[in-house]
Amino acid sequence: MRQLDFMGKRRYAFIVSGILLLVSILTLLFQQLNLGLDFTGGTLVEVRYASAPALDTIRQLLENAGFRDVSVQTFGTANEILVRLQQAFDPGVGNQVTDILRQSGDSVNLVRAEFVGAQVGGQLRDQSGLGMLVALGVVMLYVAFRFQYKFALGALLALVHDVIIVLGVFSLFQIEFDLTVLAAILAVIGYSLNDTIIVYDRIRENIRKSRIDDMAVIFNDSINQTLARTLATSGTTLLVLLALLILGGDMIHNFALALIIGVGIGTYSSIYVASALLLAIKLEREDMIPAKKEDAEEEELP
Amino acid sequence: MLNRYPLWKYLLILVVLIVGLIYALPNLYPEDPAVQISSSRANISLDERQLERVSSALDDAGITVKRIDDEANGALIRLADAEDQLKARNIVNETLGDDFTVALNLAESTPGWLESLGAAPMNLGLDLRGGVHFALEVDMEAALTQRLEVNASAIRESLRSERIRYRDTTIEGRTLQLTFANEDDRSKARRIISREFPDFQYEDREAGRGAMLAMTLTEQQVAEIQDYAINQNLTTLRNRVNELGVAEPLVQRQGPSRIVVELPGVQDTAAAKRVVGATANLEFRLQARPDTPENETETIAFRNDENRSAELMRDVIITGDSVSSASRSFDENGRPQVNINLDGTGGTLMNRNTRSNIGRAMAVIYIDNQTRTRMVMKDGEQVEERVPYTERGIISLATIQSALGNSFRITGLDSPTEAEELALLLRSGSLAAPIYFVAERTIGPSLGKANIEQGVLSVQIGLLLVVLFMLIRYKAFGVVANIALTINLVLLMAALSMLGATLTLPGIAGIVLTLGMAVDANVLIFERIREELRAKMPIQQAIHAGYERAFTSIIDGNLTTLLVAVILFSIGTGPVKGFAVTLSLGILTSMFTGILVSRAIVNLTLGGKAVKKLWI
Repeated sequence: MRQLDFMGKRRYAFIVSGILLLVSILTLLFQQLNLGLDFTGGTLVEVRYASAPALDTIRQLLENAGFRDVSVQTFGTANEILVRLQQAFDPGVGNQVTDILRQSGDSVNLVRAEFVGAQVGGQLRDQSGLGMLVALGVVMLYVAFRFQYKFALGALLALVHDVIIVLGVFSLFQIEFDLTVLAAILAVIGYSLNDTIIVYDRIRENIRKSRIDDMAVIFNDSINQTLARTLATSGTTLLVLLALLILGGDMIHNFALALIIGVGIGTYSSIYVASALLLAIKLEREDMIPAKKEDAEEEELP
Repeated sequence: MLNRYPLWKYLLILVVLIVGLIYALPNLYPEDPAVQISSSRANISLDERQLERVSSALDDAGITVKRIDDEANGALIRLADAEDQLKARNIVNETLGDDFTVALNLAESTPGWLESLGAAPMNLGLDLRGGVHFALEVDMEAALTQRLEVNASAIRESLRSERIRYRDTTIEGRTLQLTFANEDDRSKARRIISREFPDFQYEDREAGRGAMLAMTLTEQQVAEIQDYAINQNLTTLRNRVNELGVAEPLVQRQGPSRIVVELPGVQDTAAAKRVVGATANLEFRLQARPDTPENETETIAFRNDENRSAELMRDVIITGDSVSSASRSFDENGRPQVNINLDGTGGTLMNRNTRSNIGRAMAVIYIDNQTRTRMVMKDGEQVEERVPYTERGIISLATIQSALGNSFRITGLDSPTEAEELALLLRSGSLAAPIYFVAERTIGPSLGKANIEQGVLSVQIGLLLVVLFMLIRYKAFGVVANIALTINLVLLMAALSMLGATLTLPGIAGIVLTLGMAVDANVLIFERIREELRAKMPIQQAIHAGYERAFTSIIDGNLTTLLVAVILFSIGTGPVKGFAVTLSLGILTSMFTGILVSRAIVNLTLGGKAVKKLWI
């Protein structure tokens, strides 16, 4: 099998990652995320028309009825309309909106109405940030325990890299960031770590097996040996995610999108970033010596 | 011998597979759209004649009934077409009248033999079947204030009976303040009160020309009161939701002060909200005598005529909490009234108070503790502020003709609906602390149906794509992986059904994602086998080495993903939890099928045989 020189080109990878990270951080700083209803609080009403209506008319109707800060957009098909209201909740707002829209003589049906209090949204924001940090911390501890702290550092940085870039894409294109997207990002953390660990596992095995001291060579071998697996698994995962993105409907569209971006970036980062970082933080054979004993025990198993 | 499993391993896999099949099977039987009839009062049950009337009325309307099941206190009418559900409910409602509650339902159609094994299909979340979701916050500060008010009322009474003069009682945060004319009165009062309420922290304070006694709730008491408030509210909300006649409602505590209510199938949010969030209660008080001191009276306006008002005693005879049952009916003139039965203590109190006050007037006061939400600017930001307010109005003021006992009726209500709702609220009990809505979601039934269809379709297409991919890439071993993958899907469905997990849209997404990731174990193993084969290892040994060496990688990789899924479960709410559940179960089942099941198939077909070439 042809050997690809991944480590030799790591300079380019660092440049690419650096640019992606810089753009992500800048857009996160200046544009922030387009947070969904779950996080901001507010009111959302989705209605279905029999035939595609004019958005301006709807906005006009609602503003005449006394609603302020109305945002109207289509959702999925042209017949389905999403109305957002930045106002405190008032009971039965869904039916209220539907009634107002019916006045123009169209047939309008309420699909869903959601309201989230600002307080709940705020709590959820804090909880989610915390959850993400806890997830990163726990997996770092696990890797440090199963491998060694330098591996843990490499894995952690690779994960932070993935998360920031996915967030960056959502911020750059102002795609709505709701609770399902957050779930997707946590799933990406799990997925990308899985990938990274498979590569690390091979690196550990090769360090113990071979007598070569040039870490770059060992890393290259390990990445090449696991490359087929990495691509096959990412391939199947991306296939099903594409099915979900195209067929799954509007409510999980962004969820699937976040996973697709995340799995893509995660695959790249576990091949490149996670291993190249190990070179950068100078992993050496000596780092793996304490683990030698465990290795000897494993050999005795049938 | 290489690549041979002992018999017990094959048997174990077989048993797991059979159990999995049995428990996954109920999900294949679609649920019937149904209308559920239950009697709203314990002493009335549905008889044969009424059922016949219902079924002929449905027939006349051209609605096909699939089957009618008898249930305790009612019946379940299964319909052939979901479109007819709403129409059918209205027809049944008209036919049976007020004595029965009629609710939309989705009835399981699991065959009897599966049911007897305890197998049931997965629950569908609101996003898949339509309905309403409410999150309610319990106002804990108000719970404390209310408790202090009750205590203040009791203290006033005992001070009066001990003939200790007090000036005023006020509540400030968690402290109840009593002011007296002099320190002498205060120390006497303190002795009496602290005997009755030993749990308070007492403190003497200066207060202008008088003397003040401050009683503060201890932290432990605060915690107890708050715990009581939320549990009491849970019970009350459960009663109310049951009264609404919703099938499979969910009323659950979430966090320290929040309650989640989910009502599947309910579309009329406004009505549901009115009943769930209602804070109405009743108070019975005597009219003040002309010579009653002013600090013992209160002026309250009439509910339907604000210009009229009456001078009432501040002390309450009983509140709606003493009501044991209540129902709506009409008086001789066709005006709505509520028939009330009191519990033992309530009856005694009522009897004692009315017996000694014949000829005096008694008022029934309708109280509604509500909060108004408004946006205010604070530090340049829009924040929500809740302003609590209490609406109270006299609904009737009538002369006591004779001593009242346990049951009587009240009149003076605006409409039959109001009488009905008041009766419902009195039956289900009042809330121990005010609640307000912090989140609400309504999902239409069409959206739920579309979500399921799209979800199932993406599972099918996803599965197909993975199966094709594995076949093309690993040929014969691809078949092995695909069998393992299919078994994985069956086991995952079985596990979800057995645990009674609720399937949500993100949950379906979790299943789809699991499909993609589940083949990972097999991919790892097969790639390893290929590698060993390239290194010129004999075939049987290569298979063995492939499984053995990939093992640690699989465990490490899956365990970390599992860790993340568990974290996701602990921070997530509703739909995200559903995703975390399917993801973690999927990881566990895929480890079982990816490692054990695929190995068993390989061992069974190739193990110990002289294989010349491996189709991998």
